[in-house]
Amino acid sequence: MLAFAIRRLFEAAIVMLTVALLAFVLFRFVGDPINQMVGQDTSLEDRLRLREELGLNDPVAVQFARFVTSAVRFDFGISYQMKQPVTAIISERAPATIELALVAALFAVSLGIPMGVYTGIHRDSWLSKLFLTVSLIGVSLPTFLIGIFLIYVFAVKLGVLPSFGRGEVVRLGFWQTGLLTVSGLKALILPAITLGLFQMTLVTRLVRAEMLEVLRTDYIKFARARGLTQRAINFGHALKNTLVPVITVIGLQLGAVIAFAIITETVFQWPGMGLMFIQAVQNADIPVMAAYLLLVAFLFVLINFLVDLLYVRVDPRIRIFGRGL
Amino acid sequence: MTFRPLAVVSALVLALAATPAAAKTFRYAFQGDLNALDPYTLNESFTLGALGNVMEGLTKRDKDLKIIPGLAERWEIIDPLKWRFYLRKGVKFHGGEDFTADDVIFSLERMFSPGSQIKTRAPADMKAVKVDDYTVDFVLTSPNPILHAEWDTWYMFSKKWAEANGATQAQAAQATSLNPFALKANGTGPFIIVSHEPGVKTVFKPNPNWWGKPEHNLDEVVFQTIKSDATRVAALLSGDIDMMDPVPVQDIERVKGNPNVTVLTGPELRTIFLNMDSMRDELTYSNVKGKNPFKDARVRKAVYQAIDMEAIHAKVMRGMSTNSALLISPLLYARAGEFKRWPYDAAAAKKLLAEAGYPNGFEVTLDCPNDRYVNDEGICQAVAQMLSRIDVKVKLNAMPKAKFFQKAGPTDKYDSSFNLLGWTPGSFDSWNVIANIIGCRDAAGKGGTFNFGGYCNQKIEDLARKILVETDVTKRDDMIAEAFRINHEEVGVLPLHQQALAWGVSKKVEIVQRADNQILFYWAKMQ
Repeated sequence: MLAFAIRRLFEAAIVMLTVALLAFVLFRFVGDPINQMVGQDTSLEDRLRLREELGLNDPVAVQFARFVTSAVRFDFGISYQMKQPVTAIISERAPATIELALVAALFAVSLGIPMGVYTGIHRDSWLSKLFLTVSLIGVSLPTFLIGIFLIYVFAVKLGVLPSFGRGEVVRLGFWQTGLLTVSGLKALILPAITLGLFQMTLVTRLVRAEMLEVLRTDYIKFARARGLTQRAINFGHALKNTLVPVITVIGLQLGAVIAFAIITETVFQWPGMGLMFIQAVQNADIPVMAAYLLLVAFLFVLINFLVDLLYVRVDPRIRIFGRGL
Repeated sequence: MTFRPLAVVSALVLALAATPAAAKTFRYAFQGDLNALDPYTLNESFTLGALGNVMEGLTKRDKDLKIIPGLAERWEIIDPLKWRFYLRKGVKFHGGEDFTADDVIFSLERMFSPGSQIKTRAPADMKAVKVDDYTVDFVLTSPNPILHAEWDTWYMFSKKWAEANGATQAQAAQATSLNPFALKANGTGPFIIVSHEPGVKTVFKPNPNWWGKPEHNLDEVVFQTIKSDATRVAALLSGDIDMMDPVPVQDIERVKGNPNVTVLTGPELRTIFLNMDSMRDELTYSNVKGKNPFKDARVRKAVYQAIDMEAIHAKVMRGMSTNSALLISPLLYARAGEFKRWPYDAAAAKKLLAEAGYPNGFEVTLDCPNDRYVNDEGICQAVAQMLSRIDVKVKLNAMPKAKFFQKAGPTDKYDSSFNLLGWTPGSFDSWNVIANIIGCRDAAGKGGTFNFGGYCNQKIEDLARKILVETDVTKRDDMIAEAFRINHEEVGVLPLHQQALAWGVSKKVEIVQRADNQILFYWAKMQ
């Protein structure tokens, strides 16, 4: 078990280094940060000096080595645009994204699972068809369109929900939460639906397929023959057995939701990490981009690592195989 | 029970009288961020405008951009090399410090500190001399008629506060230690910053001890960034914000259709123009080898006359632009009316091309930013299409601004044959345009750094040198006209238009729209 964890950690380090290297190669193509930092009247000499001082004239290998040596000390430098340490900006922005992602995931699960169960049991009812049609919209419409549509209906036409932002936030230690105020909760609804709709569809369809599979198995037939109630069969036995793959997928998707909330955050001006990243790309703010990409890589590595560990716990075959190596 | 209307009414009246008038909160949004609060670190009009509500310079500009007294009550030019400024007495910073001559001298030093991005606010060899606590002399080495032109955005710092807070130097971009001014501000202005989250939200409240007489009636101001155009429009329409900038041109009619909001439009100072590489002996991005067609003034004029600016005004800009014969806004140059654009005439253009030896046209690549100016990419597409009518085949290369300025600017040694750029002279004066946009430069960019086409005429150079030191206004304007006329005749740089401002404003709000696009809410009134 320990050997397995150590080997995984070693692989994780290699993944992170590769991501950082790729990011640094790509930064050569995002453009010149200097023009975004200085005013139009800044002299050419000052511009060139700034490039030199920021180390932008050094070879990529040197810049990369410098980045890695400070990154291992959690020092990602100072944002060119915001003039603040990148670590401070990220810790300021991360709670917004994490809260949004968790609520979106909660929304996806709490609606997706019942809908999946229902459509699995009542295959041909009109309600099932409605659910499946709605969920089809969730996968086929682009996120920004759903977001703009929701804003138009609920903010502009009905005027019941805010059109952008995070509402009032409360600071609990280092964590700024929007979950404790009415305006914060109201502001969360539309972005969470926008972000969670795709995941909800995924969960619905996954649960439905698994339910259809499980309901055909022998032990369900036996349960029926024993005269158990429908309720006990459907939820106590069938659903329980569909959940293993569902949990895995949700776990992996949570990483994706956090990492790729960029579009939802842009549409709703949600002050999270995705918005920060978009702003950084537009201004070629290299320290912020580098730190964000590394963070996302870390998130995926971490989630994969945890899932692998869980698998080892759950499925003894992997454990034996792992020991054999 | 008997109904007593009088009692009910009087109870209502009492209740109404007891409730204080609702606090007036002005909420506005802009597409960009308000980042660092040190006004010396980013020379950009939105940031300077937002901080202009909080900090003040020796001079200010009024609603029509005329220079008026600010922290200096008055000033005089004792001799061409010595300007004397008399400071306003009894002014206090938000932190309680008195404003005196020492603060002016300190602010000048800070303006020249290495990390400062506003060093061009004054000549580098200018000295400030304290005469007494409320009088400062500025000593020059050569006459400068527009010395104080940009001093409205050279904001005064408190020496005492800066020293106590370790903010004596402008925040340098590469520094590892942080200047507290990145997140704090201490000025003399009509508003105080209560809280600031960079890129998210900034809250202002009125300064009760301000020296002037407030023209606003606000109790609080909240600024938020809204990057997405559609969301910014929706936020205004839903009443979540009271004002926003800019309204995308395609949404103007829709916003105007809403009964609660209106669109405030007006000319902006920025001029958009095209640069043609007339410096290299062979164009980098063209099928013409061994020579450079843009070196020939006839070819440049052919390009000029082939572009139908009326069509761009009507179709691409939807009326939100003013076609321009000059590289400066008519608001900034009194004699702009003397200049007329060369007429749109594709036949004449074709003839000029033939005379220059290109009867069958040529191919060239047009580099264009796609997130910098209003409909910048759309303008470039229209230009490309119009030039195809005279057989100049334009390949459009549109890219984000960060990439564009790297490629077409000095970083990549002006690696472009044809490009679109915009410019607002920071000093609001023609010399700035002549020096930066049509002034000669070398291949690395020394000289007219923003002359992306490298156009060079020695006569303009000579004029620029004289304009800089000429104090007689009429003579100076004559020379400016002469320089602009040379550019007009030779089409060194090809002016297109001034884009327009479009602010979406709630009908509850009255606000002054200044042509420099600074959002100054100390002139805002709310119902």
